[in-house]
Amino acid sequence: MQNGTAYAITMGGVNKWYGQHHVLKDIELQVKDKEKIVICGPSGSGKSTLIRCINGLEGHQKGRIVVDGVELSDELASLDRVRGDAGMVFQQFNLFPHMTILDNCTLAPIHVKGMKKAEARDLAMRYMARVKIQDQAHKYPSQLSGGQQQRVAIARALCMQPKIMLFDEPTSALDPEMVKEVLDTMIELAGMGMTMICVTHEMGFARQVADRVIFMDNGAIVESGSPQEIFGAPRTDRLKTFLSQILHNH
Amino acid sequence: MPLTYQKTYRTSTTLSILVVLCVLIGAYYVYFYRDSAWLATLVGATHVPMARWVVGIVIFAVNYALLGRVPKTLQIVMTFIELFLLLGLFMTTFQLSLPFIRQKIGFLILQGAFTTLYVSAISIVIAFCIALVTAIARLSSNGVAVGIARFYTSFFRGLPLLIQIFILYMGFPQLGFVINPIPAGVAALSLCYGAYMSEIFRAGIQSIPVGQWEASRALGLHKSKIMRLVILPQALKIIIPPTGNHFIAMLKDSSLVSVVGVWELTYVASTVGNRDFRNMEMLITAAAIYWFMSIVLELVQSRIERKFSTATR
Repeated sequence: MQNGTAYAITMGGVNKWYGQHHVLKDIELQVKDKEKIVICGPSGSGKSTLIRCINGLEGHQKGRIVVDGVELSDELASLDRVRGDAGMVFQQFNLFPHMTILDNCTLAPIHVKGMKKAEARDLAMRYMARVKIQDQAHKYPSQLSGGQQQRVAIARALCMQPKIMLFDEPTSALDPEMVKEVLDTMIELAGMGMTMICVTHEMGFARQVADRVIFMDNGAIVESGSPQEIFGAPRTDRLKTFLSQILHNH
Repeated sequence: MPLTYQKTYRTSTTLSILVVLCVLIGAYYVYFYRDSAWLATLVGATHVPMARWVVGIVIFAVNYALLGRVPKTLQIVMTFIELFLLLGLFMTTFQLSLPFIRQKIGFLILQGAFTTLYVSAISIVIAFCIALVTAIARLSSNGVAVGIARFYTSFFRGLPLLIQIFILYMGFPQLGFVINPIPAGVAALSLCYGAYMSEIFRAGIQSIPVGQWEASRALGLHKSKIMRLVILPQALKIIIPPTGNHFIAMLKDSSLVSVVGVWELTYVASTVGNRDFRNMEMLITAAAIYWFMSIVLELVQSRIERKFSTATR
């Protein structure tokens, strides 16, 4: 897969059904190394499903997904390799409530990578400092604000030292005053050359960070282009309608 | 009669009411169990049955009205005490021999209650392990595991415990193993309760949000580690308190293993009682011991529950 431009992610002819419901339709997507992509679209358009297919949280029935040279299949080995390369941040944070912040971050390095405790701890402290949460190391998730919890979730994913970060509406469950601290963390991350795919409606973030914005509707990619093209000169009616709706809400 | 909380009441007043209530209970008792000649002279012999009802209702109403004048917590305590005293009075109608009870109670506790407690304790620990394994098997993606778990729960929940005990005790020798009464009893209790508890375990495991699984999988953790490190530690907080409840129930169901000759409380009580034709003495003593053990365990359980509900989530 290393011929010419190295693609971090390649999706070719990906289709997915939930029973009769066709949720992903012929998805074609190439993500270059270090590229930042924002995916937007109305709810139920399949954008979350799409990024959940990338790390195999959801299976697809047709087509190929290749992540950093590894084709996704049902085999555990391929899933393991892909998940080692792609970290994920969820809308609902999904921190482990029975563990301290530090233990949340060291769990996977210790139990997946087999790191020594002290080593994992140093690594976790480093990433926690990067998302400015190191002072909370010994607290439990329920003792933190939503914004802090989401930053912990980012640090937890970073502790596996992934090449790609997947964000599934990371700011949708946050109170408005906490959105900025999470976006700032993500912007910083983008500045460090991480490959990022982010499902979000934060247009300011998209404008500032995204190399490419993808608009999805009804399970298909409808438009794709630079933030200026997508937000400034939408070509399809569906995108125009969508943009007028989210502008109205902001 | 509204039962309202009134702060102004002093302890002395409530105490005096308590005394009055005890007197009322005494009256109730005399009314029901001693001769009702005084009623007959009052209303004539033919009206005694009717008059009994009237007196009874009046006593009940006065009692209830007095209870209405104390704070709620005291109402609960006093009602409990009243009922307890009534139960005690009822027991005296058996004309029990207290010296006989005093003479045998030590043996009942040392041999009977002790065996009951340790048979139950071993069984609940084994049942806990069986339930855990069964619940995990039920939720597994392996059809064979699910099938075994389903058959097991269906069988042991579908048969009376008494019959299970007989089948295990009589069945094992057929297969060439001679099994002692206590292991047979422990096996039956563990298997039966494991089947019931596995359903609680399953519900506990399923109550953990799916996001916990997804986050763990996204980090690259495998199933067994997700279960052990992420899901079970959270699920156990939900699972452990009801286990206490099952232990209390098992304490009494363990009386069934007496049928294969385990010297637990019920067996000791009926054997000792039969020997001297004092069955009621021993059975009531055994009942009191069971109740006492249950009360202690209930207190322990409510402490466990409190601990788990306040634990950091």
